[in-house]
Amino acid sequence: MSQRPSVIRQTIITPIVLIVALLIMAALTYQFGSRAFNRTVVEMFINIMVVVGLYVFVGNSGLLSFGHISFMCLGAYTTAWLTIPPVMKSITLKGLPTWLLHAQLPMWVATPISGLFAALFALIVGRVIMRLSGIAASIATFGLLGVINNVYSNWDSVTGGQGSIVGIPPTMNVWTGWIGGGVAIAIAYLYSISRSGLALRATRDEAVAASASGIDIVRERLIAFVVSAFIIGLAGALYAHFLSIVNPGAFYLRTTFITLSMLVVGGMYSLSGAVSGVVAISVLIELFRNLEKGISLGGHIIGLPNGAQEIAIGIITIVILMYLPTGLTRNREFSWRRWPLQRRIPRPVQTALKELH
Amino acid sequence: MRELLQIIFDALSLGSLYALGALGIALIFGVMRLVNFAHGDFIAFCVFAMLWPSIDAAAVVFAGRLPFYLLIPLLLLIGAALSILSEVVVFRRFRNANPATMMIASFALGFVIRHLLLMLFSSRPKSITLWPSLGLPVEFLGAHIPMLQVVTIIITLAVLVILVLFLKRTRYGLEMRAAADNFTMARMLGVRANGVILLAFAISGMLAAAIGLILATNSGTADIGMGANVMLIAFIATVIGGLGSIPGAVAAGFLIGAASVVFQATLPHDARVFRDAFVYGAVIVVLLVRPQGLFAPKSAKQRV
Repeated sequence: MSQRPSVIRQTIITPIVLIVALLIMAALTYQFGSRAFNRTVVEMFINIMVVVGLYVFVGNSGLLSFGHISFMCLGAYTTAWLTIPPVMKSITLKGLPTWLLHAQLPMWVATPISGLFAALFALIVGRVIMRLSGIAASIATFGLLGVINNVYSNWDSVTGGQGSIVGIPPTMNVWTGWIGGGVAIAIAYLYSISRSGLALRATRDEAVAASASGIDIVRERLIAFVVSAFIIGLAGALYAHFLSIVNPGAFYLRTTFITLSMLVVGGMYSLSGAVSGVVAISVLIELFRNLEKGISLGGHIIGLPNGAQEIAIGIITIVILMYLPTGLTRNREFSWRRWPLQRRIPRPVQTALKELH
Repeated sequence: MRELLQIIFDALSLGSLYALGALGIALIFGVMRLVNFAHGDFIAFCVFAMLWPSIDAAAVVFAGRLPFYLLIPLLLLIGAALSILSEVVVFRRFRNANPATMMIASFALGFVIRHLLLMLFSSRPKSITLWPSLGLPVEFLGAHIPMLQVVTIIITLAVLVILVLFLKRTRYGLEMRAAADNFTMARMLGVRANGVILLAFAISGMLAAAIGLILATNSGTADIGMGANVMLIAFIATVIGGLGSIPGAVAAGFLIGAASVVFQATLPHDARVFRDAFVYGAVIVVLLVRPQGLFAPKSAKQRV
């Protein structure tokens, strides 16, 4: 047998640590958390899915994508079409084809279908967009976001237009959220140790050498694009179940930038970074939300003025990036040996950065 | 003929707005490879600087009451000051950071400015009347064209001429062009990095103020999100024009403005609501044909 240490043996600890940490959070929340806190944690799990999905593409390929939230939109609306009771659909969404109008699937069937739909869409548009590289690719994904948002905001008979579609069964709790987050982390991990994931990271770090070694950059990028679209499509579906309404405004610039900030704050080239960025920002948001409500000090309630939450989070994001430009985890993964955070994922060298310029 | 003239003026005035925005983003990108996502919020800030902070729907006009020969320089100054401040406080520390990190930092800065405005002014759009006489149409070859469109186009052309003169004829302009072409080399030849970058930020801030004035006069309202749309299109225009190319950014700004107006005029009625989808689709097509942008400078080519 070969003496080569297996990739799995070396790295399996990362997803396990992450999933177990999330499990502990879910269990504590379920046991002690209030109703409102439960919702916060579910939202965090959904954000983890989105950001992990983003990491699969952005982290492995080194290309920034502004378009992934459109896959969330696709997933959410597909779930809405599949799970809203036919009676309600026939009033609000008259333009749906008949077979879809009469369909009503349970959540555990509708969610994977939503992910597959997003992935299929990514496969079609990715074949075109992935031929680009550098900032042109980022802008093209941006164009994708614009197109999807415009179509979903205006195709009234199928998507309900600017308004919200109501009636998606609200079936989310911390456990389903945790399962979603765990599935996302598992898929992202499996992708990153797969042949394609390794090849794609090679193109990120040294594009010329990678393609000279026979790696088809466009193909590997496309695979990552489709896998990440699948994860984000799942996240969109769970988000629809979480809010039980969908509207196109939720899947546009604000979400795009907040999720990207989470990824960059955590460390965009590592799976641990993706997860810890979401956790860090979510904790901050919750903290300042409570400060805004006010804390009582000697009989007086002292609270920050409304809106201070966003301002503080913006400032803290800037400060974190100022002092840790590679994110909280410095692009490393959690690992067992030399705990904590010792093993380094090699930093991309100058050639890969050049492409982003 | 009359309709055609109307379309041409619509295209030119919308294009002017996008071109001014693209210029503001391209100047900063040229000197420090920063895509400034806070630009749209700079625009909104300049508009709100005319009002007194209040959360009522009726705007309490403050600086906006000044005569135009005082108001315009004041706003330009505010724009430049805000922009310079953001460079000194925030962006200076990101000089050597990864472009993605810089981009997110600029977005976070914009987020802070936007929510500061929200806190002071609430999210309700406020009505603000500047120079109502500019809304009146003028007759031009049989077409009725709003005075404001003409003024917008004239202002844009004037700004472009001044900038071209500045970039081509003055020492600072030369330094800035050199820095945009190859920043490291320019520094080695004695261009002061901080000076050039501050200048780029100041001009970019003034351009943001100019856009703010035009937008506020045009719509008659002050809205927190008013700069965001211009910023997005301007950002796309700088990429389509070829990153690092200043004339390219301007040309692409006009091109996108023209494309929007032409789609609006020629699409069948039912498809008109999907105009933006067509515009973004066209952007993707352009990028596929010319990934380096339409007017890419030689230095932007990737060397292997």
